[in-house]
Amino acid sequence: MSDADQKLPLDAWHRARGARMVSFAGYEMPIQYEGIIAEHRWTRESAGLFDVSHMGQLIIAGRDAEKGLEALLPADLKILRDGRLRYSLLLRDDGGIIDDLMVTRRGEHFYMVVNGATKHGDIEHLRNRLPSGVILDHMKEQALLALQGPKAVGALARHAPGVEQLTFMTGGAFDLAGTGAWISRSGYTGEDGFEISVPAARVAAVADLLAGEPEVKPIGLGARDSLRLEAGLPLYGHDLDTGTTPVEANLAFAISKRRRHEGGYPGADRIGRELDQGAIRLLAGLFVEGRQPVREGARVLDDEGNEVGKVTSGGFSPTLERPIALAYVPAASAAPGATVTIEQRGKIFKGAIAATPFVPHKYVRKSA
Amino acid sequence: MSVYYSKEHEWVRVEGDTATVGITDFAQGQLGDIVFVEVPEAGRQVAQGGDAAVVESVKAASDVYAPVTGEVIEGNAALADTPELVNSDPEGEGWFFKLKLADPGQLDGLMDAAAYKAFCDSL
Repeated sequence: MSDADQKLPLDAWHRARGARMVSFAGYEMPIQYEGIIAEHRWTRESAGLFDVSHMGQLIIAGRDAEKGLEALLPADLKILRDGRLRYSLLLRDDGGIIDDLMVTRRGEHFYMVVNGATKHGDIEHLRNRLPSGVILDHMKEQALLALQGPKAVGALARHAPGVEQLTFMTGGAFDLAGTGAWISRSGYTGEDGFEISVPAARVAAVADLLAGEPEVKPIGLGARDSLRLEAGLPLYGHDLDTGTTPVEANLAFAISKRRRHEGGYPGADRIGRELDQGAIRLLAGLFVEGRQPVREGARVLDDEGNEVGKVTSGGFSPTLERPIALAYVPAASAAPGATVTIEQRGKIFKGAIAATPFVPHKYVRKSA
Repeated sequence: MSVYYSKEHEWVRVEGDTATVGITDFAQGQLGDIVFVEVPEAGRQVAQGGDAAVVESVKAASDVYAPVTGEVIEGNAALADTPELVNSDPEGEGWFFKLKLADPGQLDGLMDAAAYKAFCDSL
């Protein structure tokens, strides 16, 4: 653990519950409490409480905020209604991904949640590129929790009545047992669930309240990673970086329809061309034969043994009880079922392209 | 019968010239949920301090070194399908491999249970 690591508002809370703390994104964070597999399964079957206060919570306000943001990311914010979230990407002019994020229209401003490890760079980028007159506020005084799993809605609605009315990718302001909270129905596990922004000064009380519900246990970063991998959700700094484009990363859905036609977002030339003609390589799911996982950095080989791709995330799926991975592979061999050869530490592994998500999403969407 | 411990968190149980090797309870606790173990096959020569086995947790892969030199007599076949034995019974059913000791003198360089406990407490 580096001396420079910051402490989360819930640091003492995690330690009191037996968390093993590790250094991540400049913070001391809980990697696990009782064990990654048990925590993973608990989240899939009941409800898990995650502390994600290391993530950056930003407010972007001002008359030109919508226009200014549209110049930096490929979402159609014009049609984003109040209280709606969009998954989007900060892009470089060459189409590389600076970060992935959630942006919400919240009345007169936009609320943005960015990755913890990249937030300082994101803020600098936004400050440099947003037009003057647009105000950026880094809400350092806010903590962020996620309550994920099939029983999350019941547990949360006991303390914040009305949250059960939210549908996937919508949010609103709620009274959470006397604490003002911004709650959205969203998350990073593939399960139904919520993300809850509360003042840091109140987060221990809120965490106590939620963890006190019989359905809820605190869950560490380890299970957060295995859950998101099963859900086929990319992790910035591993599956995405400035050398990958949205089309390569299978995130073409994040380029809104109007933006495809109009362009005007960074990297539009390259990304538009890849949308039309396809990318040369694609991020794909892999099933690996046997029980041994392949990890980030393992090499994808062609029939002659040449390196043609790389594993960017890999681990053991507690739900499927087999190793799974995400890897960049040549687009021509990225169809589900195609066989893949992987080399790791001199050992050859056989695998096959898998459709993602590996474990189906269970989002609660608006009924048609 | 005596049990010895290495600074790499392996244990060695010695009966005659046969040594059974595994990882300690401390090691399995640090690794977390174990999902895969690769043990050496009978007949393989392993050297003290050299790679002997691989253990993978949900999060990461780790090498297991041979705490003593010798010829492997048997790898624990049960770990192929039930690697979680290393978590539930690390110093019993979760053993990794047995070998024929080439140099019993190497045992003198290992720790006994009390010294190993003090070593872990100092970490």
